[in-house]
Amino acid sequence: MDKNNLKNIPKDLFVPLVRKEDTSEKISAPSRTFFQDAKRTLFSNKPAVFSMILILFIIIMSIVGPWMNNYGSDEQDLKRAKMPPRVPAFENVSWLGMNGTLSGTFQGKDVQQASAKAKARFDNKEEFIDLEVINKGDGTRNSAEVKATYRIYEAKDMKDTYFWFGSDALGRDQWTRLWEGTRVSLIIAFVAALLDLVIGVSYGGISAFYGGRVDNIMQRIAEILVGIPNLVIILLMMLVLKPGIISIVIALSITGWIGMSRIVRGEVLKLKNQEFVLASRTLGTSNGTIIRKHLVPNISGIIIINTMFSVPGAIFFEAFLSFIGLGIVPPDASLGSLIDLGFDNLRLYPYMLVFPAIVISVLMIAFNIVGDGLRDAFDPKMHK
Amino acid sequence: MSKLLEVKDLKVSFNTYNGEVHAVRGVTFDLNKGETLAIVGESGSGKSVTSNAIMRLLPEPHGFIKEGQILLEGVDLAKKTSKEMQKIRGKDISMVFQDPMSSLNPTMKIGYQIMEGLMKHQNMSKTEARKTALELLTLVGIPRPDVRINQYPHQFSGGMRQRVVVAIALACNPKILIADEPTTALDVTIQAQILELMKSIQQKTDSAIIFITHDLGVVANVADRVAVMYAGKIVEIGTVDDIFYNPKHPYTWGLIGSMPTLDSSDEELFAIPGSPPNMLTPPVGDAFAPRNHFALEIDTVMEPPMFKVSDTHYAATWLLHPDAPKIEPPAAVKHRMQGFAQTGTKGGGKR
Amino acid sequence: MTRYLLRRVWYMLITLFIIATFSFFLMKILPGSPLQAEDKLTEEQKEIILEKYGLNDPIPVQYAKYLGGLVKGDLGVSFKFDNTPVTTILFDRIGPSALLGFQALVIGSILGILLGLMASIFRNSPIDFSSTIIAVIGTSIPSFVFAGLLQYVFAVKLGWFPVALWGTPAHTILPTIALAIHPMATAARFTRTEMVEVLHSNYIITARAKGVAESGIILKHGLRNALIPLITVLGPMAVGLMTGSMVIEQIFAIPGIGEQFVTSVMVNDYPTIMGTTLLFAFGFIVIILIIDLLYGLIDPRIRLAGGK
Repeated sequence: MDKNNLKNIPKDLFVPLVRKEDTSEKISAPSRTFFQDAKRTLFSNKPAVFSMILILFIIIMSIVGPWMNNYGSDEQDLKRAKMPPRVPAFENVSWLGMNGTLSGTFQGKDVQQASAKAKARFDNKEEFIDLEVINKGDGTRNSAEVKATYRIYEAKDMKDTYFWFGSDALGRDQWTRLWEGTRVSLIIAFVAALLDLVIGVSYGGISAFYGGRVDNIMQRIAEILVGIPNLVIILLMMLVLKPGIISIVIALSITGWIGMSRIVRGEVLKLKNQEFVLASRTLGTSNGTIIRKHLVPNISGIIIINTMFSVPGAIFFEAFLSFIGLGIVPPDASLGSLIDLGFDNLRLYPYMLVFPAIVISVLMIAFNIVGDGLRDAFDPKMHK
Repeated sequence: MSKLLEVKDLKVSFNTYNGEVHAVRGVTFDLNKGETLAIVGESGSGKSVTSNAIMRLLPEPHGFIKEGQILLEGVDLAKKTSKEMQKIRGKDISMVFQDPMSSLNPTMKIGYQIMEGLMKHQNMSKTEARKTALELLTLVGIPRPDVRINQYPHQFSGGMRQRVVVAIALACNPKILIADEPTTALDVTIQAQILELMKSIQQKTDSAIIFITHDLGVVANVADRVAVMYAGKIVEIGTVDDIFYNPKHPYTWGLIGSMPTLDSSDEELFAIPGSPPNMLTPPVGDAFAPRNHFALEIDTVMEPPMFKVSDTHYAATWLLHPDAPKIEPPAAVKHRMQGFAQTGTKGGGKR
Repeated sequence: MTRYLLRRVWYMLITLFIIATFSFFLMKILPGSPLQAEDKLTEEQKEIILEKYGLNDPIPVQYAKYLGGLVKGDLGVSFKFDNTPVTTILFDRIGPSALLGFQALVIGSILGILLGLMASIFRNSPIDFSSTIIAVIGTSIPSFVFAGLLQYVFAVKLGWFPVALWGTPAHTILPTIALAIHPMATAARFTRTEMVEVLHSNYIITARAKGVAESGIILKHGLRNALIPLITVLGPMAVGLMTGSMVIEQIFAIPGIGEQFVTSVMVNDYPTIMGTTLLFAFGFIVIILIIDLLYGLIDPRIRLAGGK
């Protein structure tokens, strides 16, 4: 700005400013509560929202899935055992593996030998086996290669039967069993997480809130329990209890709450000595009101996050226990027991493992992503 | 006196989710050899950002120098690559930070933290660097340096840690030492010790110091010249005498007026109302106008330029325009100005 | 230091004692006995067998004998497997389990740390993004699902590795990968979070202000401080490896402790089950102790000074 310009300013601007309103203390951002902020952050997190939708979908399927066809979860029939998945809409889509055929490649010194192997593998029902020569071979060992597709539904005269996810070694419908198993796994996970929550929060909360001798005694007990690896306790409990949903829940909860109680105790101890609680106490607020108005809102975030992470933990432990034969045992289904059965048939009938494996993986990933999302949502630093 | 550092029309911005924050909006000042320049202003006025920009320690890429030059002995630091800056930082310019509790690496012996710069910039061997580190620890007044050199930061008190931080900064005899509120986190008695330390070291080493603070009392104690910053701009700059005896900007009046003094027990403080503007959308006209008792109509229309008061003293306020009404500083401020003048020294402000 | 160590060992013994007592009385509640398998025995023969296992003594005497045996490292005799002492069974099988666990821990944590480090250096880049995805998948998917996938794709379909069993180093590759994925994901996640936090701390700015080169900042000032807390997740990792070893040894038919445990569960061989459980508990407690000591050694802030 040069001198000329400065001289040309009209004089009437050099009068004291008449203020219309006091704008010096204006707050420009709208005010939101902490939980509104948390909700906003969570719902703007796309992976978390997608995961919540997935979890909801799986929960709904675990309720209605078994009713979507007419098979019962324990209808055994060896005649229709190990049928591959067959879905009406996908019958002409071979790569999806849901067209009701079994296929495999077979090797031999020439096409004939390879074909013979294929026929032997597929019940010798030649009219239902489509052979496709991949490699004619030169007479040496395993040089010829044949791809065989076996239309097993036709061969077994079950043209009108559809096992959407196939059938297991005893001829039970995998679709029905999968969703029933998912339901069992989810029930175990939710109940175990709920028990952890209730026991953990009350134990940790009481211990911290009353402090002094109460806290001392309760913490000694917790310390001993912490020293014992939960894996060992769970295994021992499962040996004593009869396998089943309740046993798994008990075994998981017997140590599961300790983590939660420690977190809650730590948070309450921290909050208890903070100025706003002291201030409230000085004003003569009752214990109940302090808990309701100050402690609960401030620790609920961390409780929700922790519960969200204990759900996938419980799903994993159920599957683990069932897998090593200590959890849910057939004929009852759970994701773990289905996976265990799937492994027995992995070589020839991989679909028996694939579907429960997908469901458990999707559930675990989704719960973890939602948990992460919640952790971010309850972290004030992440609020934008 | 030769100009050691010249900052010309420096503009620094930060990209945030809400948009570009204009933290520094055109700052110009210079620094002479052996001189202490204090930059004063309240939180968010851009004083720390200015110093971080000189050191090129802005959190790149979202904090960046938008415009302007930072000339160190004629060489523009704003154009240096980060590799080149590594050779300048710690050697030509070094920095003392606000919080001594967190500005030392907790898992590294303090001896090594001092030696690190020496070995890098002066190619010293480990033994040489260790010897120098011992000397530095003695210089900054740490007793038993031979024991302390092998200790970790958590074994030091806050004041002692700040001494270590000063030692690290001084290790390579920097031409410029930037002290970013070096005493804010310390107890009052420790504050005085650290200030004394910095003064005595400056006499010994002849470094120039940029002293960033919001405490005018500290300024009066240590500085030769003062720059007052508000909303990313320097609003008044001058010698300590200019600023304390003859302040021209209403914001400087506010700063002086809100300083408690011993002899003014019957007097009210002259406080500045409100809070600084949101730098996401810098206001039109004078940024200080909404909080200014003496704002003019023109303040809402046009930004005031730097008016020259004397050869050493400049201020950016329309009150200095020949057409402006003559406005005297408020009584509280006047009283303090007289107080400073009577005590005769520039140390009058300190509690 | 010595006093601290002694106190910790004392606590460890108490915990082990509780577990041993707990498992002994559980064993007494359980219906299994060495007689179940052998049906047609005369009363006399049964007597002899019960006598041999010491099952005719009153329970307190049995308990005392059991504890006495434990002190000498005797875990009892298996009900099955030709009456082999449990200690011998476990001793024979500890090799493969230890090797797998060690390989998985080393490979997993090194890869994980590298992955997390890259992610934290190139924050919000494709590297960071894929590292996050790997970490979420790796911590979420159960190791046995992952093992099944590896076995089917790389062994059954592609035939690159043996499907199962034990012997050559090639046999260890798939199970090691399956076991390592969880520690890797945990380490990657943890390293990234810690590094991001550390790189934002003031002492990093101090180091920059000293003119330390970026590589020195990341390795000397950053990584060291970020990795110290990583020691705390070694405990959960160890538990993960133990559960992992049970299922993965089962899947790949590896003659290790985990596989032994699952087999024992199936045939109700209680002495072996209890012995294995005690071994797991012992291993876990020792690992926790080592972790605590290591933490004290590495982090100068909590160095366990003499008096403590």
